[in-house]
Amino acid sequence: MVDLRPYVALFRGQARSLTSYRASFALELSTNVFATVMDVATVLVLFRVSRTLGGFTLHEALLVVGLSSCAFAAADLAVGNIERIKFYVRTGLLDAVLVRPLGALPQLLLMDLPLRKASRCAFGTGVLVVAAATAGIEWTPGRVALVVAAPLAGMVFFSAIFVVSAAVAFWWVETGEIGNAFTYGGRDFTSYPITVYSGWFRRLFAYGMGFAFVAYYPALALLGRADPLGLPVWVGYASPSVAVVAAVAATAVWRVGIRHYRSTGS
Amino acid sequence: MKEGIGVDSVNATGARRVHQNVVVPFRTFTAITGSGFRRYSTYRQATIAGAFTNTVFGFLRCYVLLAVAGAAAHGLAGGYDRAQLATFVWVGQGLLAVVLLWGWTDLADRIRTGDVASDLLRPVNPVLSYLATDLGRAGHAVLTRLVPPVVTGLLFFDMYLPKRWVTGPLFLVSTSLAVLACFGCRYLVNASAYWLQDVRGPMIAWALGSGVLAGLYFPLRFLPDWVAVALWIGTPFPSLLQTPLDVVVERDPPATQAGLVALQAVWVVLLLAACRWVQRRAERKLVIQGG
Repeated sequence: MVDLRPYVALFRGQARSLTSYRASFALELSTNVFATVMDVATVLVLFRVSRTLGGFTLHEALLVVGLSSCAFAAADLAVGNIERIKFYVRTGLLDAVLVRPLGALPQLLLMDLPLRKASRCAFGTGVLVVAAATAGIEWTPGRVALVVAAPLAGMVFFSAIFVVSAAVAFWWVETGEIGNAFTYGGRDFTSYPITVYSGWFRRLFAYGMGFAFVAYYPALALLGRADPLGLPVWVGYASPSVAVVAAVAATAVWRVGIRHYRSTGS
Repeated sequence: MKEGIGVDSVNATGARRVHQNVVVPFRTFTAITGSGFRRYSTYRQATIAGAFTNTVFGFLRCYVLLAVAGAAAHGLAGGYDRAQLATFVWVGQGLLAVVLLWGWTDLADRIRTGDVASDLLRPVNPVLSYLATDLGRAGHAVLTRLVPPVVTGLLFFDMYLPKRWVTGPLFLVSTSLAVLACFGCRYLVNASAYWLQDVRGPMIAWALGSGVLAGLYFPLRFLPDWVAVALWIGTPFPSLLQTPLDVVVERDPPATQAGLVALQAVWVVLLLAACRWVQRRAERKLVIQGG
């Protein structure tokens, strides 16, 4: 059994340091929520111009947005700060982390936990609840399980994307914004029904990288709609399992990356 | 530095020496612009990474807006047809880096560390010297960050090509004004560090507000008319991105376009004046970190 006490201590230290500047923390909590508000507002603006988007009505599309933003905000809260790995590598802080008798990834996550992003997570969950309540879903035990499992699986999936994007820094420190194309780009991709996209771009993002299984297929299963692209209904219920594959892959990439790491020298 | 710049006793706060001839400050300005260009041309990996990411987002935004136009009445969304929306998105993904909407914290960092003291000792107004560097950066971005997304857009989508000859020069003017206006906004956000030290709050507000209000996420014409007009007149944001994009896709008749560009010019004057004023106020109260 792994001893979790050091991690709990790291987390509590981080939480204490954040909440010691209460006004600043409250301000950051309240401004951060706007990032997710903007995403949802953008979808509402687009529906002002057209009645449907990719063959989906506003209420159906809101379910997709709710699943996506809830999953992304939770992943961003839990592991989003791994983006700072470039900074850790460049300053040599990673060396200090590696010599401690604790896992490198959990340490890095807990050292800099962005608790200010909790408000986004709450808002994303709120959108999902409202969307699920207004989309006219006929609730069955399977769908109730799915509406809980899908955002959790989505969170694991996005976390895996965050970790893989960050692990690239082990080979190429100046990755710049490339990771954003798949983390924030993935969030944007999953915010809309994938019928909006087409050609090789859709095949690559939706099936090649698996983003279709975060929000689109679970939403179809919840709504009881047939997939215009031809996949059977059970895909929606099976889509949370894609998160397991992603998590295994991300763990493998991270391990290889850590082994490849040769410090910054001097 | 043949002219002896740098050994002068003039500094930013002191009385300004009246130059007998305008060539010297002009040469200083172009020299700083050149060095800004060279500085950014050394960040090769970051440039490639940035162009790649802008291109991926170009695909995402383009498909979404085309779907909106496909389902809208008469195939027109906010008065744009599909080809115009494609051009709007792809040129926008390039201009985003040219005006540099996000990610500029040079001044705020230097204020926080106290390095800004050495900027103030130079015989050049800090606003002007940062502006000169920024123009060099923007020139570099036109070559390296505007071209790749536009070429990608041309390869994969039916893009609208301007039909009026006047659009070319007007787009050039509008883009230059957008660079100046965006510099003014960024300078003001950064300069809040003179008072706040930690600019994370203003920076987050700027990052969130500028993207949506400048027309990056969706054309502002998608909003109700009165909101769009209020944004254009009441805030500088549409002048940063939306106006040059509307010019290049020829959304409006030439006279309206000229009016929008003139509005940009008004905002540039106001913003740069505000930068100068803020800088002067800051210098009067500034206590450099550590004494």
